[in-house]
Amino acid sequence: MISIHAFILIPILTAFLIPIFGRQFPKLHLGWVVLPVPILLFSFFVSKIPVISANKAITGSVAWIRALDLHFAVYLDGLSLIFTLLITGIGSLVVLYSIFYLSKEKESLSHFYTYLLLFMGAMLGVVLSDNLMVLYLFWELTSISSFLLIAFWFRRKKSRYGAQKSFLITVGGGIAMLVGFIMLQVMTATNSVQEIIAMRDSIQDHELFVPSLVLILLGAFTKSAQFPFHIWLPDAMEAPTPVSAYLHSATMVKAGLFLVARFTPVFGGEATWFWLVSGVGIFTMFWGSFTAVRQNDLKALLAYSTISQLGLMMSLFGLGSAALQGGASTNSIIYTQAIFAALFHLVNHATFKGALFMIVGIVDHGVGTRDVRKLGGLLSLMPITFTLSVIGSFSMAGLPPFNGFLSKEMFFTAVLNAPEMSIFSMDTWGLLFPIIAWIGSIFTFIYSMIIVFRTFLGPYRRERLEKDPHEAPIGMLLSPIVLCTFVILLFFFPNLLSKYLLAPAMNGILPTYQNMEGFIPKISAWHGFNLELLMTAGVVILGIVLMNTYRFWNVIYDLFPEKLSLDRGYQWILAASESGSKKATDRYMTGFLPNYLYYIFGFLLLMVGGTLFLSGSIAFDPSNDASVSLYEGVFVGIMSIAVVGILFAKSRMTATLLNGLLGYSIAVFFVLFRAPDLALTQLVVETVTTVLFLLCFYHLPEWSKEDRSWKVRFPKIIISIGMGALTVLIALSVQGNKLFESISSYFEDSYELAGGRNIVNSILGDFRAFDTMLEVVVLFIAGIGVYTLVKLKAPQGGDKIERK
Amino acid sequence: MRENDIILQTVSKVAVFIILTFGVYLFLSGHHNPGGGFIGGLTLSSAFVLLYIAFDVESVNAGIPLNYKMVAAVGVLIAICTGMGSLLFGSAFLSQSSAYFNLPVFGKTGFATVTLFESGVALGVVGVVITIMVSISEDV
Repeated sequence: MISIHAFILIPILTAFLIPIFGRQFPKLHLGWVVLPVPILLFSFFVSKIPVISANKAITGSVAWIRALDLHFAVYLDGLSLIFTLLITGIGSLVVLYSIFYLSKEKESLSHFYTYLLLFMGAMLGVVLSDNLMVLYLFWELTSISSFLLIAFWFRRKKSRYGAQKSFLITVGGGIAMLVGFIMLQVMTATNSVQEIIAMRDSIQDHELFVPSLVLILLGAFTKSAQFPFHIWLPDAMEAPTPVSAYLHSATMVKAGLFLVARFTPVFGGEATWFWLVSGVGIFTMFWGSFTAVRQNDLKALLAYSTISQLGLMMSLFGLGSAALQGGASTNSIIYTQAIFAALFHLVNHATFKGALFMIVGIVDHGVGTRDVRKLGGLLSLMPITFTLSVIGSFSMAGLPPFNGFLSKEMFFTAVLNAPEMSIFSMDTWGLLFPIIAWIGSIFTFIYSMIIVFRTFLGPYRRERLEKDPHEAPIGMLLSPIVLCTFVILLFFFPNLLSKYLLAPAMNGILPTYQNMEGFIPKISAWHGFNLELLMTAGVVILGIVLMNTYRFWNVIYDLFPEKLSLDRGYQWILAASESGSKKATDRYMTGFLPNYLYYIFGFLLLMVGGTLFLSGSIAFDPSNDASVSLYEGVFVGIMSIAVVGILFAKSRMTATLLNGLLGYSIAVFFVLFRAPDLALTQLVVETVTTVLFLLCFYHLPEWSKEDRSWKVRFPKIIISIGMGALTVLIALSVQGNKLFESISSYFEDSYELAGGRNIVNSILGDFRAFDTMLEVVVLFIAGIGVYTLVKLKAPQGGDKIERK
Repeated sequence: MRENDIILQTVSKVAVFIILTFGVYLFLSGHHNPGGGFIGGLTLSSAFVLLYIAFDVESVNAGIPLNYKMVAAVGVLIAICTGMGSLLFGSAFLSQSSAYFNLPVFGKTGFATVTLFESGVALGVVGVVITIMVSISEDV
C-alpha cells in the first residue's frame, strides 16, 4: 500500500507549494487553497474504517537506507486510525476557522499555512510510522513546526519565549526518547515497532529494558505536557488560537499519549511503567486542574485544563497497562477498561477542547480581550457562542447529556478499580487514585464553569472591553458547531464509535485480550445509582460551593509563591546554562589566534605523536628508498637555507618571499619525481597564496611591534619543533609499516576502471569522487565564510534591537 | 597608490589571454594528461588575480560583471547534480562513464561524464578564490 505513504507526504509537499500560490494569487485567502488537503485526507482515512474495524491492519514499506535498517514503513491499525481521523478532521475544521480568524491583509498567511501543513504531515507520520527512526524524525518535525507556529507573531517577546521554551523541552524529551529507541534497537536488533512488540517476552529481562522504558516515557511526558514538564504548554498559548486548538489541545500534545499507547504492548505489565505513567498522569491531572482555576486569561485556563485532561488520559493508560501483568485472564480484564476509557476520552477531549479553544478565539476576536476579570454579560450579545461554550464546558466538566459525562464516569470506574488490584502494591497505595481523581474533578468542574459564567453571565462592562462585542461570522462559528454536534452525538451514540474505532484500537493495544467476553464494553449513560454517579454528584455540589466561596479559599494559592514555581526553575536552568557555557567557552575562546593554533597543533602532536609512540610504529626501512641525486641534494640545500632565513627575516615581505621559495622548491621536487599534476597545482597554489599574503599585509600589525619575549616565543618554538619532528617521523615511518595490501593496482588499471589515463584525475573524479565533491562544498563554505566575516559586519548597535 | 604600472598593465592584457587559454587547455586535457578541474580552475583564477593586481578592483568588476559567489555556488551545484545524474541511470551516486564518438572535424573524440563533474569543481574553485581575494582587498 504505497498510498498511505503518499498521504503522509501530501501535506508536506503542499506546504512547499503554498508560498508559490501566495505569490501567484495575492488576492486569494490561502486557507481556501489549503482546505481541500485535510478534507481529502480525512475522506481517505474514513474510507479505511471498514477495513480497520474488521481488525485488519494496513501495512506498507518503502526501503530508505537498507544498511541502517531504515525503512519508511507505515502501519495503520485502529489506534493510528483514531489519530489520523483527529489530525485530518480537526485539521480541516481548524483551517476553515483560521480563514475567518486570520486576516489576509495583516498576517503572513503563506508562512502560517506552510507550517500548519508541515505539522499535519509530520503528525500523520508520527502516528503511522512503524519504524522507530522514522517515527523519531516525524516526532521532531512536529516539535519544529510547533516552534514555528508558536513564534508566528515573532515580534512579540512572549511568543519567542514560549516558542523557545516548548522547543527546548519537547526536543530535549525527544532526544531522550531517541536514546530509548536506540536501546530498544540494541535489544531487539530491529527498528520495526510491530516486530519489537512480537519480541516482548524475550527482552523483558534485558538490563536495558527499564532504562529504555524511562527514556521513552520522558519523550512522551515532555510532548504531552506532563508534570513537571507541563510548563511549556501555557506559554505555547502565544500562538494564534487556531494553532492552540489544533496542536496544543487536539493533536500534537496527544502524540505522547499515542506513544504510550503504542508501546503499552511492549512495556505494559512492568511495574516501573505502571507507576510512572499512572502516577505522573494522575498528579498532572490534579495539578493542572488546580492551577487552571487561578488563571485569569481564558487561554491560559484552557492550557492548564488541557494539561489536566492529558494527565487524566495518561493515568488511564497507566492503570490499563496492569492488564498485561501476568497474561490475559478474565480476572484482569477489568483493568483493560481503563485503556478503553482513555481512548474514548481522547476522542471526546478533542471534540470539546477544540470547540472551547475556538470559542475563546471568537470571544478574543469579538471583544479584544481574554481576561475573565474584564469579561462578563456577553450572553445577549453572543448567543450562539454562549450556547456552544455551554456544550463544550459542560462536557468537560463531565455533565450529561454530553460525551464528557460518559468518559468521566468510565474514568471514575477505572480509578475505583485501582485499589482492588493485587499487584504493584496497589492494595496499599491504590486508594490515592480515586481520591486524587475526585479532587481533580472538582477543580475541573470549577474551571469549566468559570469559562461559561464569568464570560457570558454576570455584569456587562463595556468600558473594560476594547471593541464592541458582536456575534462572530458564520464561517467562524461553523467549526465549533460541528465539534459541539459531535459532543452531543457521541453522548447518544457512543457505541457506534466504540464499534468502528475504539474496538480495533483496543485490539491493537492489547492483542492478547482479543475476542474475550467484556473486553469491549457497551457504553451506556445510565448504570443505576452506583459510586461513580455519587462521585459526579459530589463533584457538582462541592464544585458549586467552592466556586461561590472562591474568594475565601484562594489564599491556598499563596502557598505556592511565584519564586518557587517550576517556571522560575526553568528560567534559572536556562540562565545558568547560558552563563555557565559562556564562562567555559570564554576560558579557551580567547579571540587570540596563536592560542587556537596551539590547541590545534598541540592536539595533533598529542594524538598522532602519542599513537606513534604507544603503538611502537616508529620504524625506518630505507631498503626500498631511491638514491639521492645531485639535483635533489641542491634543492634540499636551497630549502634549508630558506627555512633558516625565515627565522631571521627582518620584515614580513622577506619572510613571505622566502616562504614562497619553499613552495616553489617543493614544486621542483614534484617535477623531479615525475608528478607534473602536483607540480602544476603546487605552482599555481603558491602563486595565489603569495598574492593573498600580500593582500593581507595591510591588515597585519608591524612585525617589530610583536612581543618577541621568551615567554611568548618558547611555546611557539616547542610546538614548531614538535610538529616538524612529528612530520618527519611519520614520513619516515610510513615506509616501515605495511598495514594492508597496496591499492596501486587500481591506479595502474585506471584506464580500464575509470576510462582515464591520468591517474591523479581518475582518483579525484572517479575513485574518490565523493571526497572531491565534499571538498568543493567545503571550499565553497570557506569562501562564503570569508565573505561574510569581511563584508557583513553588524552596524554599530544593530544587534541590540533583537534582544529587547 | 601605484604611480606607473603601464608595463604591468600592458603585459597583463596579453598574458591574461594566454593564461586563460592555458587554463582551459589544462581543464580539458585532464582526462589523460596532466591537468583537470582543480588545476584548470586555479589557473583560470590566477588570470583573474593578475587582472586585479594590474588594474584596480572597480575597473575589473566593471569589465567582468560577474557575481563570483554565484559562480562558486553554480559550480558546487553542478558537482552535486552530476553526481545525482548517475542515479537516473540506476548506478550509484557519482558513478562516471565515458565513451568515444566519431565527430566530423575532430575525428575520434572521447567524452566523459567526469568532465561535467570537473567543470563544477573548476567553477567552484574560480568562484571561491576570487571571492576571497576581492572581499579581502575591498576591506582595505
